[in-house]
Amino acid sequence: MKCSITEKIFQSHAGGANVRTGSILFAGIDLAMGTDATMPLAIQEFNKIGRNVFDPAKIALVQDHFVPAKDIMTANYSLEMRKFAEQHRIKNYFELGRGGICHHIVPDEGLCYPGDLIVGADSHTCTYGAFGAFATGVGSTDLAAAMATGKLWFKIPAAIKVVLTGKKRAYVQGKDIILKLISILGVDGATYKALEFTGDGLADLDMSDRITICNMAIEAGGKTGIFEVDDITREYFKKFNNNKVVENLKTGEDSAYERVIELDISEIEPLVAEPFLPSNVRAASRVDSICINQAVLGSCTNGRIEDMQMAAGVLKGRKVHPRVRLIVIPGTQEILKQMIKENLLDAFVDAGAVISPPTCGPCLGGHMGILGDNEVCIASTNRNFVGRMGSTSSKVYLANPAVVAASAVRGEICHPEVLL
Amino acid sequence: MGQKFTGSVLKYGDDINTDVIIPTKFCNSTDPDYLGRNCLHNLDENFINKRKPGDILIAGRNFGCGSSRENAPLAIKGAKISCVIAKSFARIFFRNAINIGLPVIENEEIAIDAAEGDTLEIDFTANTCRNITKGREYKLDSYSDLIHKIFDQGGLINFIKNTEDI
Ligand code: SF4
Repeated sequence: MKCSITEKIFQSHAGGANVRTGSILFAGIDLAMGTDATMPLAIQEFNKIGRNVFDPAKIALVQDHFVPAKDIMTANYSLEMRKFAEQHRIKNYFELGRGGICHHIVPDEGLCYPGDLIVGADSHTCTYGAFGAFATGVGSTDLAAAMATGKLWFKIPAAIKVVLTGKKRAYVQGKDIILKLISILGVDGATYKALEFTGDGLADLDMSDRITICNMAIEAGGKTGIFEVDDITREYFKKFNNNKVVENLKTGEDSAYERVIELDISEIEPLVAEPFLPSNVRAASRVDSICINQAVLGSCTNGRIEDMQMAAGVLKGRKVHPRVRLIVIPGTQEILKQMIKENLLDAFVDAGAVISPPTCGPCLGGHMGILGDNEVCIASTNRNFVGRMGSTSSKVYLANPAVVAASAVRGEICHPEVLL
Repeated sequence: MGQKFTGSVLKYGDDINTDVIIPTKFCNSTDPDYLGRNCLHNLDENFINKRKPGDILIAGRNFGCGSSRENAPLAIKGAKISCVIAKSFARIFFRNAINIGLPVIENEEIAIDAAEGDTLEIDFTANTCRNITKGREYKLDSYSDLIHKIFDQGGLINFIKNTEDI
C-alpha cells in the first residue's frame, strides 16, 4: 500500500483516491463527540445554524469533566447538555453513574471502529486511534458544525511512521513509550501531523497500552495517533457481536511518510515527565528526592482496568506514605465494577487511598484534588503545564500507574523496584 | 478577510498553552468579555491592564498547545486583541481561531523581528505586514481558498449557513 492509513481513511470519507496529504476538503464523519466542558458553547453555535442534528445515532455526549457538579455554573453546564440530549434524542448520552471519561466510554461502547473518521470537542479524542480510527480533537464551533451537517473541513496531515520493536521490561507501560517518543519529537514535533504505529512490538502492546500511546499523541502536537489493525484489535471488537466489519488497516510504504522513527521498546525504562512540559522526560530511577503531597491514578490516559491492576499490584500489602494523598479514579463505571469483582478496591482502600467516582476531576484542575500552593503531585495524567492541577506554584510530574503507586508509598518519586 | 488594521505589539515566548491562555477555573463561562478579562492570567497577571484594544499578540513556537478549549481564542478575542502572530501554532488552536474569525498569522520572521511596543500594520487584501517602528515589510502566505471563505464570512457558522451543499 502506497498511502498512509491517514490518506486511506480520508479517501474513503471524501473524494476517493485523489485525496492526498495536504488536500483541504470537507469529509463526512462517523461520530461527533462532546462533553459537559465543551458542549455549552457548541450548543450556542449549533442553535445559530438552525438545523437539526444530522444523525442522532452518530453523536455521543458524555458527562465527565465537571461531574459530580462542583458548583452552580458547572451544574448548569451539565444541565444544558442533558437538555440538548433529550431534545435531539441522542441515544449515546452518558450520565454520571452510567458512564465515565469520554475516551474510555466511546471505545467500550463500540462507538469507534477501524477506518472511522471521528471528531470530538476534546483534544484527547486522538485516543481512538488505538482502535484504528482517524480521530481528532476539535473546538466547540467545529463540533456544532459537525453535529448539524455530519461533515467538517480538514487538511489531510502528513504522517510520521513509528516502528516499534521488542518487548516491554517489567513495570513499563504504554505511558513510557509515548513519553519517550514525545521526548524525541518535542512538544510540537508532530504538529499538523499524524503518528502511525507499526512494527513487531505491537504484539506486546494491549489495548490499554495503545490507548495511552494514542491519547498523548496530542502532547507532541499530533493531529492524531493511529495503530495498525492486528489480531489484538480484532479480538477487542469481537465482544460487540454486531457484524460490523473490522477493516484491516496497515501502514503504507516508508515513502508515504514524512519521517520514519524506530523505537526499540525493550530499551525503555519507567519514565517521568517533569514540570512543565510532557517532553521533559527523565528515567524514574534518576529522579532525585522529589517529595510528593499527592498522587493521582486515573484519567483518559491511564484509567483502564489494566492500569488499576498494575497499581494495585504495587500497593498490595503496603501503605500510602503519611504525607501523601492517593486519589484513585476508575475511568468508567464498568471499570469500577470490574475493580470490585477483582477485589482491587481492597488493595487501594487498605493502603489508605481514596476512590473517586469516574470523572476527569483533578486532571484538568477541575475538582476532586486541586493542588494548593507549592504542592507536588505525581499523576498518571497527560499534562504537567503551569497551574494545570491547581495553584500556579504547584507542580505535576507525569508517570505510569506503577510509578504513581510506588511513589505514593515511598513519599518520593521512585522506580517501583525500589520497594522490593 | 479584506481588512487592514494597525496595532502595537505584546510579545511572549514559546509553547504558550491553553491552560495559560485561559485557566480551567475561568472556563465556567463562554462570555467573551469575562474570558477576556482573565486572558493570559497564568502567564502575565498584568496582561489585561497592559493591553489596549487592537493590540497584536506575538508569540514563539507552538502557540495554543494543549486542550481544545475554544475559550482560549475567545478569551483573546474578548480581550480585543486584533490578531495573533506566532512562529507556529498548535493545530486545534489554529482551527478554532479561524472558525471564530480571530485572525492568526504563522510567520517566523515577523515574530522574531518584532519587539514589545512596535507598531504593526497588517493588510489582508495585499497580504502584507509592515513593522512601522522598524521600517520593515513582510509578505504573508495566503490562506487556502476554503479558509479564506470561512474568514470572509466571519467564521464557520456563517459559512455553513451561507453554503447550500454542506
Ligand atoms: S481525563 Fe483529563 S485529559 Fe482526559 S478528557 Fe478528562 S480532563 Fe481531558
